[in-house]
Amino acid sequence: MSMIKSIRLCHAYKKYDETGTEVFRTRVLDEIDIQIEEGQFVAILGHNGSGKSTLARHLNALLQPDKGELYIDGMLTKDVEKIYRIRQSCGMVFQNPDNQIIGATVEEDVAFGPENLGVKPEDIVKRVDESIEKVNMEKFRFKSPNHLSGGQKQRVAIASALAMKPKCIVLDEPTAMLDPKGRQDVMEVLRYLNRTFGITIILITHHMSEAVRADKIFVMNKGKVVMEDTPRHIFSHVPELKELKLEVPLVTEIAYELMRQGLFFRCDILTAEEFAEEFERVMGLRFD
Amino acid sequence: MLRDITLGRYYRSDSIIHKLDPRVKLFAVLMFVLTMFMGDRYLHLAAAALSLLVLIVVSRIPFSYIVRGLRFIAVLLTMSALCIVFFTKGRELWSYGILRITYEGVQKAVFVSIRLVLLILGSSLLTLTTTPGNLTDGMDRSLGFLEKIKIPVHDIAMMMSVALRFIPILTEETDKIMKAQTSRGADFESGGVIRRAKALLPLLVPLFIAAFRRANDLATAMDARCYMGGAGRTKMRPLRYGRRDYIAYLLIVLYVILMAGIRFC
Repeated sequence: MSMIKSIRLCHAYKKYDETGTEVFRTRVLDEIDIQIEEGQFVAILGHNGSGKSTLARHLNALLQPDKGELYIDGMLTKDVEKIYRIRQSCGMVFQNPDNQIIGATVEEDVAFGPENLGVKPEDIVKRVDESIEKVNMEKFRFKSPNHLSGGQKQRVAIASALAMKPKCIVLDEPTAMLDPKGRQDVMEVLRYLNRTFGITIILITHHMSEAVRADKIFVMNKGKVVMEDTPRHIFSHVPELKELKLEVPLVTEIAYELMRQGLFFRCDILTAEEFAEEFERVMGLRFD
Repeated sequence: MLRDITLGRYYRSDSIIHKLDPRVKLFAVLMFVLTMFMGDRYLHLAAAALSLLVLIVVSRIPFSYIVRGLRFIAVLLTMSALCIVFFTKGRELWSYGILRITYEGVQKAVFVSIRLVLLILGSSLLTLTTTPGNLTDGMDRSLGFLEKIKIPVHDIAMMMSVALRFIPILTEETDKIMKAQTSRGADFESGGVIRRAKALLPLLVPLFIAAFRRANDLATAMDARCYMGGAGRTKMRPLRYGRRDYIAYLLIVLYVILMAGIRFC
């Protein structure tokens, strides 16, 4: 059974005037068919307004589809009785670190989810211990979130999602408001959770460098999934990505430009190491 | 720094008063305030002041720190004292034009001022020794009986704790908007009261919009973490009465009896 499966999922954004008549309607999600397996690290790319945040909210049953179906861990999101079980098994981390922390201390915030689920006090403490440790925030356990950096706050938000024991965590541009160091810390935590505990990670992002190490990438545009493949294949389509107003990792772009200049360069290069290797091969040089 | 502002100025220490159950402390404050209005003898004030002094010493909060809190009410205190001094009828001490000071007025003003100071010190001891989270938790639990008459105690407690969490964030935001507007020529400092109040309007509008946006985001985040209201909710550290809490209750009852004794003897 796949972790997430959507069948022709549609979501329309409607605007009403004062009298309640519809004045505007646009399809934010347009017949989305995606399938994500358990334990995968998936990145969803797309420029602003491509529908990726709306999709994220559907994955947590915060929004309901207008048409089509969405299954999370085998549960239909339309099923009202299962909404809280869906939210428990598919945690969510939002973009703004300040607007999602509810507790007055790190510990209290992490406990908020399990408290809502009615977990016994002893078990809550255990879950809080584990979750805080997994995101490497033990030092800040009793601190107020107001005194943390953006990256630390996002790690708290991840711990808070973890405390509900989810199978999957959806992150809606979690690094958009962070500095490079915070971004790196958050990414490391996500990879660690994915590798070590097999938690499915769905990362919605602008930053191509974060998507490079994903198992799979979905590219969205105007409410549709327009590309779906491994990072290596996706990033070899440089002109198409540019057309979608998406950036390409710098090394990939240089490789692509070199290839266009007539060199026999591979253009599915993702990291600086690969680039160096390819450069050596083509030029017959060695870097030391 | 602005982000350090917290409501009620909690003072960290591990005294026995800090460790008391918040419900006990809430009850104590309630009783302290009620007994204060039981009589008009100085003996009342002396008894209250003495118990308060003992509590302050036990709580290990520096005296200067507590007194600093009185600064904010100094204006209020002077105003009320002046009103009483000038508007109480009785034996005349001094007069000039329409102003008259009476012997009874001075006496009453002194008494009321001392009472007010004691009341404020007593209730600030609660917020100084109890974290805001603990306090709302205590209210949530001890006022639970009000749910029966349809007062949403849990919701109010949750709102309070969220509000407390957002005070520093919104203060910082106010600061940011103010700086942004000052840099574009806005003037918050000169002019009379009315001009200054008017200057605040362009500050309040973006602040409110931002606050609503934050509230909306927070509500979504709470939804995503299965918040369903108070029913069926558990606590990581539920409030439990210990031996010292029962002893404290006993002491509070004794205090009330003592005050009643002073009143009726």
